[in-house]
Amino acid sequence: MAIESIIKVNHLTKMFNKFTAVDDITFDVKKGEIFGLLGPNGAGKSTTLRMLSTLSRPTKGTATIGEYDTVKNDMEVRKLIGIVSEKMIIYNRLTAKENLSFFGSLFNIPKETLNKRIDDLLELVQLSKWKNAQVGTFSTGMRQRMNVIRALLNMPQVLFLDEPTLGLDPQSSVEIRDFIKKLNQEQGTTVIITTHMMVDADLLCDRIAIVDHGKIIALDTSTNLKKIISGGDTMIIKLEIANLTPDLVASIKGLKCADAVTQENSTSLHLIVHGEDAFDNIVDTIRNKNGKITSMANLQPTLEDVFLHITGHEVRDSADQKIKQEMGPGKRFGGGPRRVR
Amino acid sequence: MTAKTILQHSYRIAKKDLTELFRNRLGLVLLIVMPLFMMVMVGFIYPSNGTITDLKVGVVNEDSGFNGVFAPSQGFLTGLQGINNQTHMLIMTDVKSTADLKDLVQRGQLSGGIVIPDNFSRSVISRQQGTVIIVSDESNPQISATIQGALRGVFDAMGTALAQQNLNTTNIAVIKPFNVQAQGVISGHPSYFDFIAPGIMAMTVMMSVMTGLPVAISQEKEIGTMDGMMVAPVNRLSILLGKTMAQTGRGLIQGVIILGLAIGIFGVAIQGSILLVFALLLLGVFSFVGLGIVITSFTKDQETAQMLMMTLMFPMMFLSGVFFPIQQMPWYMQDISKLLPLTYASDALRKVMVLGAGIPQIANELIILIAFGIVMIAIALPVFRRMMTR
Repeated sequence: MAIESIIKVNHLTKMFNKFTAVDDITFDVKKGEIFGLLGPNGAGKSTTLRMLSTLSRPTKGTATIGEYDTVKNDMEVRKLIGIVSEKMIIYNRLTAKENLSFFGSLFNIPKETLNKRIDDLLELVQLSKWKNAQVGTFSTGMRQRMNVIRALLNMPQVLFLDEPTLGLDPQSSVEIRDFIKKLNQEQGTTVIITTHMMVDADLLCDRIAIVDHGKIIALDTSTNLKKIISGGDTMIIKLEIANLTPDLVASIKGLKCADAVTQENSTSLHLIVHGEDAFDNIVDTIRNKNGKITSMANLQPTLEDVFLHITGHEVRDSADQKIKQEMGPGKRFGGGPRRVR
Repeated sequence: MTAKTILQHSYRIAKKDLTELFRNRLGLVLLIVMPLFMMVMVGFIYPSNGTITDLKVGVVNEDSGFNGVFAPSQGFLTGLQGINNQTHMLIMTDVKSTADLKDLVQRGQLSGGIVIPDNFSRSVISRQQGTVIIVSDESNPQISATIQGALRGVFDAMGTALAQQNLNTTNIAVIKPFNVQAQGVISGHPSYFDFIAPGIMAMTVMMSVMTGLPVAISQEKEIGTMDGMMVAPVNRLSILLGKTMAQTGRGLIQGVIILGLAIGIFGVAIQGSILLVFALLLLGVFSFVGLGIVITSFTKDQETAQMLMMTLMFPMMFLSGVFFPIQQMPWYMQDISKLLPLTYASDALRKVMVLGAGIPQIANELIILIAFGIVMIAIALPVFRRMMTR
């Protein structure tokens, strides 16, 4: 391989009591790559990230960053990495500058260097004006920008981002995405990002690992992942039917050629179908039921479709299932999978 | 990682914690108000001279006299009045009968009463002992005991006076040949508050640590900022020491306030060195911190941590001899109290503040507190490390 791997993950497993959060995963991340872990909430993405960033001890398996083992050489690993967590690592009662000075001082960066770097970073995310304001007064977008530059104080070779755009408005999300891209291109920082947002993964990542129930079920570039669908005889069809009835939806679902049928609103259907005569079959079915087709489009596959195709369920579905499982009767106290951070 | 970096990191963490504390205005106010309440409460509930005044008692005079002479009972009442005018211990009301008196005590309108039976004058005049009955409210043992004690004192004084009168002699016989005077180690009259103030100081500082730690550790864990420290190349000991230092600083602030209040408002005299008092308060904090960290590390969130702290704090408060002397307790309770650091902290403080002890006299307590603190931190470190990287 031409480019060396900076992260090597080997049969990594994490169990919380009897619940397996991360199930024997193995993958490499190349230097300078933006690597995405895509999957629903509770799929084990964050736990993987916590293990890689020395915050959680693996039950089994190993991971190395650079040449250091995340358990045996955790102190060395910490010098190489930065982490942007889903929970913002930032003290509301301290000012922007105090926050950055505090975290910077933990890395033993000389004072002048640190001060210069803090000014540069604040400038970079346009927060210089609020340098001496308490972070608690900031908007969510501003705080997330603080949270990101906090992770960059030690100029990490590897940056871990756990759901960095969660809870942000579209504009702030775009800003954060652009910033990550820029960082990757200009500094050569390797970025590992977890997300359940298909857009994030699609726009940012060089390679994407699709994670479900603690396992990596597909790993490739976005383009190649989509080829799983568009390469074969699988098609994605969007249908608008003026008089769509539950009965009609049921009969389309009953068709052999239909892999996945999702009703998007009262008139439109999103279908993943396969086979040469799929089009004919569907149109015939609708006609037989007196359905009125107002529009029909053959769509480019998205990562969502890929996920749907591989797992057979929607990203949101599995998140819901997980919540139901955890909140189910009798499972709230002790019985169910307990996750303690 | 050198010792210097470890200390530098802990200093920064402590500084950060204290900055956060000072920015939290309400928290800061409470930090000052809490010991104030504590001291004011204890200081005024337990009156500093240890006496009770203005107790409401009823007086029932059923004396039927002796051949129309009521002198003994009249004399008794005048005497009682005379003594009470000096001490203001009682507020006396006349009650018709013993039954009425009991009724009034049951209603809670009187705390007790004095009954002069109908044969009082007859007995005294016929050179027999006159009996006076004290009725007391047994539902309140403390008041009951005080009334009995107070009235006994009155009777004693009156009895002596009467005996002298009856003997009608001049300095030939000493009616009460023995008189006992107590003398303490120090001059002055230490009050209950003097006894309790050192304990309250130690306890408030302990409570400050025990309530401060869940915030300092569990909350950081909960909101996620702890990860920021854990993911930096910082020795875990630095985090613990930093938290310890911050809590000690916080305890020191409260210690100064309490000490100021004790001296300024409640007139507590500090017989020993004031520096030693401070040193003991700090040592007290140090000995609790390790324990607090172990507890907070085990709990999942701040709420549980605080509840657990409260559960532990109450027995500690009462078993450590802060309010009641340990010697009063049954032996098994005394054994338990010997396991609590607060016992030694308040004991040592009491020795220094009330008895004017120096370091040699409290060496045992000092050693125990230091040892307890070190052992607890030694236990806390691996527990903390383990819990934070689950």
